[in-house]
Amino acid sequence: MSEIKKASMRDAYGKTLAELSVINKDIVVLDADLSKSTRTNLCADKFPDRFFNVGIAEQNMIGIAAGLAAAGKTVFASSFAVFAPGRCFDQMRLSVAQPSLNVKVVATHGGLTVGEDGASHQAIEDLALASVLPGFHVVVPADAVETAQVIRTAANIYGPFYIRLSRIDLPIVYQNDFQFILGKASLLCQGKDVTIIAIGVMIVAALNAAEQLQSENISCRVLNMSTLKPIDEQAIIAAARETGAIVTAEEHQENGGLGSMVARIVTRNKPVPMSFVAVKDSFGESGKPDELLKKYGLTASDIVREVYSVISRK
Amino acid sequence: MTIGDQIIPFSPVPDTELSAIAKQLRRDIVTMISTAGSGHPGGSLSAVEIITALYFKIMRHCPSEPGWIERDRFILSKGHAAPALYAALAESGYFPVSELATLRKLGSRLQGHADRTATPGVEMSSGSLGQGLSFGVGTALAAGLNNKKYRVYVLIGGGECNEGQVWEAAMSAYHFKLDNMVAFIDHNELQLDGTNHDIMNIEPLGEKWSAFGWHTIEIDGHNFNEILSSLEEAKNIKGQPTAIVAHTIKGKGISYMENKVEFHGKAPNPEETKKALQELA
Repeated sequence: MSEIKKASMRDAYGKTLAELSVINKDIVVLDADLSKSTRTNLCADKFPDRFFNVGIAEQNMIGIAAGLAAAGKTVFASSFAVFAPGRCFDQMRLSVAQPSLNVKVVATHGGLTVGEDGASHQAIEDLALASVLPGFHVVVPADAVETAQVIRTAANIYGPFYIRLSRIDLPIVYQNDFQFILGKASLLCQGKDVTIIAIGVMIVAALNAAEQLQSENISCRVLNMSTLKPIDEQAIIAAARETGAIVTAEEHQENGGLGSMVARIVTRNKPVPMSFVAVKDSFGESGKPDELLKKYGLTASDIVREVYSVISRK
Repeated sequence: MTIGDQIIPFSPVPDTELSAIAKQLRRDIVTMISTAGSGHPGGSLSAVEIITALYFKIMRHCPSEPGWIERDRFILSKGHAAPALYAALAESGYFPVSELATLRKLGSRLQGHADRTATPGVEMSSGSLGQGLSFGVGTALAAGLNNKKYRVYVLIGGGECNEGQVWEAAMSAYHFKLDNMVAFIDHNELQLDGTNHDIMNIEPLGEKWSAFGWHTIEIDGHNFNEILSSLEEAKNIKGQPTAIVAHTIKGKGISYMENKVEFHGKAPNPEETKKALQELA
């Protein structure tokens, strides 16, 4: 997998937004003084009249987004994931989710792989915060190709979205003809002994783990559960029934993330041994992304270890 | 009303009728909160003249078509004053006055705090203080993008000005030169735990709004002449938003509630209700 080409999800976001804005005149873009980082500037430069930089004020940004959306606009509001939803959870709750307004919160710099900026900037709680809000769609694309698709989907489907992107360039997993479907897991690797359900940065780790396990005669199914909400219950139930064991992998706190969502569905429908590769109730710190993933147990070898654990409990 | 596809906006009442309407809204507020057994009379009563002037005189709106795209927008940021808004909506024809008796009851369209999804004419859900002005900024920006002439009125509590988001929004309304929006500050000088002065001093409030770039007018918030003239003045201000700091009395109109912090969030008992309605007769 290491030979695979990498690409920026953030660039894919900004470019897609600019493309969509050509046709969809109702798209309005907001940013909170991070447009060069989130890449909303790629759209803002082309459509300055439909871009509002609200300064360093994320709560106000979400409220403004709600007001624009109530007047018929399709609003993309961007910041870093620590600030949205981190800084503006209450605004996302009462100004966006409760009235079910057409606001797309697209946060970049999700997870530990923010790197050297350290704990203050590493959002590993954002998916729990967004997922608990009724009506919010929550999506974590796995690469730049999927990011473009997810942004197009969010623009075309009414209602609140939270979309989490990474700061770092991620390996390209999908071909250009890939078609993202909201609420559908994508099967990356078929297998019969265990299923690895992963999101975002952990997709490539999951594929690497599956490759290694294949050489050890363990057949892994790998699912990209990019839509956390509404989650693909059928794919999870099928994985439990057909492979009998599940490992989840996410760059997020174990509490309230992908693992807990999958566990809820597995428990209700087809209990099987499970294990969770996630951050274990701690904050991050400064370091290179790969160093951090290793230190906090988010690597292919961590997934391999947990696969052996669940298989032993079958 | 509507005739065919044509919207006929609400007809403004003569100025001489505004006081009588305000008194009726006060009766509605006391009755509905008393019937509900809970609610926020103090901050509802302090806002009555402002809301009366807007719904019965100033705003272009159409009670039979709450979603009329050209309508002026009123955003109640101090969501606990919902009874005052509900009374104005009912008395101007958005829904039957009899429905006010359902306030705060299970299944009612009249939720404890303003709810955009529940009530015809309610522009925004509120109740977590500080959010309405930001929504107003978005609404005012949309008017520019959509080439609409509507005006945006936001009602904020004095105590609500403790919330940082109010000032984020104030800064942005000036930055975006939103001369189509007005913020009323219902400055009754009390908040849940006591006086603004004791709990968190917000003075000098008018100077704060001025410093944030708003054209600021200070008025007696129970005087219709001052309310109406300040709103006329606001319409002629170009390139900046207008803040109207309305000095009001919490619990206004009911002797035992006036300036009493105890009636921030307490319903009058049956005896108190009777006395209140006698005073408002």
